[in-house]
Amino acid sequence: MNMHSPAHAGTPALCERMRRVAKIAAVHADDVDARARFPEEAVEALRTERLLGAQIPAELGGDGATIAEIAELCAILGQACSAAAMVFAMHQIKASSLVSHGEGAPWHRAFMARVAGEQLLLASATTEGGIGGNLRNSICAIEVAGDTCRLEKDATVISYGDMADAILITSRAHADAAASDQVLTVFLKDQYTLEKTHVWDTLGMRGTCSDGFLFKGEAPAEQILPRPFAEIAAQSMLAYSHILWSAVWYGIAADAFARAQAFVRAAARRSPDQTPPGALRVAEASSLLQGVKASIVAALEKYAVAQGDEDKLSAMSFSVAMNNLKIASSQTVLTIINHCMLICGILGYKNGTPFSLGRHLRDAHSAQLMISNDRILGNTSTMLLVHKQDTSLLG
Amino acid sequence: MSITDEVRNIVASHGKLPVDVGTLADEADLYAAGLSSFASVQLMLALEEKFDVEFPENLLNRKTFASIAAISAAVSGLVADHQAA
Ligand SMILES: Cc1cc2nc3c(=O)[nH]c(=O)nc-3n(C[C@H](O)[C@H](O)[C@H](O)COP(=O)(O)OP(=O)(O)OC[C@H]3O[C@@H](n4cnc5c(N)ncnc54)[C@H](O)[C@@H]3O)c2cc1C
Repeated sequence: MNMHSPAHAGTPALCERMRRVAKIAAVHADDVDARARFPEEAVEALRTERLLGAQIPAELGGDGATIAEIAELCAILGQACSAAAMVFAMHQIKASSLVSHGEGAPWHRAFMARVAGEQLLLASATTEGGIGGNLRNSICAIEVAGDTCRLEKDATVISYGDMADAILITSRAHADAAASDQVLTVFLKDQYTLEKTHVWDTLGMRGTCSDGFLFKGEAPAEQILPRPFAEIAAQSMLAYSHILWSAVWYGIAADAFARAQAFVRAAARRSPDQTPPGALRVAEASSLLQGVKASIVAALEKYAVAQGDEDKLSAMSFSVAMNNLKIASSQTVLTIINHCMLICGILGYKNGTPFSLGRHLRDAHSAQLMISNDRILGNTSTMLLVHKQDTSLLG
Repeated sequence: MSITDEVRNIVASHGKLPVDVGTLADEADLYAAGLSSFASVQLMLALEEKFDVEFPENLLNRKTFASIAAISAAVSGLVADHQAA
């Protein structure tokens, strides 16, 4: 087997299962968007296909899927319903923290078995009032007294917070800890209360239901992940977030592209002697789409090489590469979808046509804000003060 | 002044730690003490300037900056290479 090949033999079966989910998700995508409601049919289908446990190791009841396989699944669902795909991606990002950093801890191993067995949906609470998207800093601190931990957090954005079975939440490690000395803790649904503070009525990604909440939780202290959040963030979350998000955005752009191409092909069939005016733009969009795909594949290969090697995963070159993927894909998908809109014209602009692109365009606009690109560029620019970019082609 | 002492001074002036560096042991975890990744880069730049060395790619990671002892070991290695070259 080629060690660096991102996929393995289990991929076709996983994809087949996700295609069945995508079929259901596509039917409800417009309604999910219009009513800003949770994509419950799609998530139910994910459970039926047992895909919420896809990443959990096989000995704990999951499929042991690789990041490349999960990325492919995100792209498939992204072509049907962006919100459902982002819910799936965010769940899998949380699962990656458990798989990468919780395997040695008895509580987290048992919890992983439950995630696979009961198809539990995991949500994330890193964003905090007063901190924004600066996920490597917290204001709130977890309080450990004996065997119990308690946490209160002004969590301004928790996607599907109301629908989740568990929330993985960041905080400072203790009351005196520095802002960057953080831990990640799993709280189960019956171990916390959520008081809604913000309603998610947004331009796009409406079905992620990313409301704001005042989170109050109490749980056994063994539910705190055994590694510092700094390591979790650097070694699994950074790569999984940027790769899986990009895969979802790629899916959105790929569906927009398919619609624009269908529009031009229909015109070409009507008058085979004339190349339709949109044909050139389709070619341009195709090139841009290939660029996004290639960036994701390159990042997957980089991850495959670094996986399991703490030094490689925490190297600046790795962070810069993952940050660059996020910046490039979040910007390029917007350009692609805009091209598609120009190709389809009013039929793309209007809702309810086979070529409608409004939802795609609105959903894709979230990409640049989902950890602000300015913030990410700021971090990358700091690293580039010391890190010299690898200028080789294949290195 | 030993390399460790010089490193200590630079951590004090560029590490932006919320605690007094004098209270930290050589082996103390600087990240737990509040070293941010941004400050670690500034620290690295100051060390490069002070010791006239360049951190190669394989040292640009969290481990290198995990403690005053780790930084001193990395700097000592670079200074030795520099003098040997
Ligand atoms: C669809 C969606 C789902 C989400 N789901 C979740 C979730 O489940 N859980 C969760 O915790 N979070 C979630 N988020 C939050 C998200 O990941 C970001 O943390 C959040 O969007 C950042 O909020 P902000 O723009 O208000 O804050 P900030 O990050 O503070 O940014 C505000 C603005 O200030 C500027 N800015 C601030 N700091 C800097 C800097 N250092 N350098 C340069 N510019 C800066 C930027 O231009 C930015 O536009 C979600 C976001 C989206 C879009």
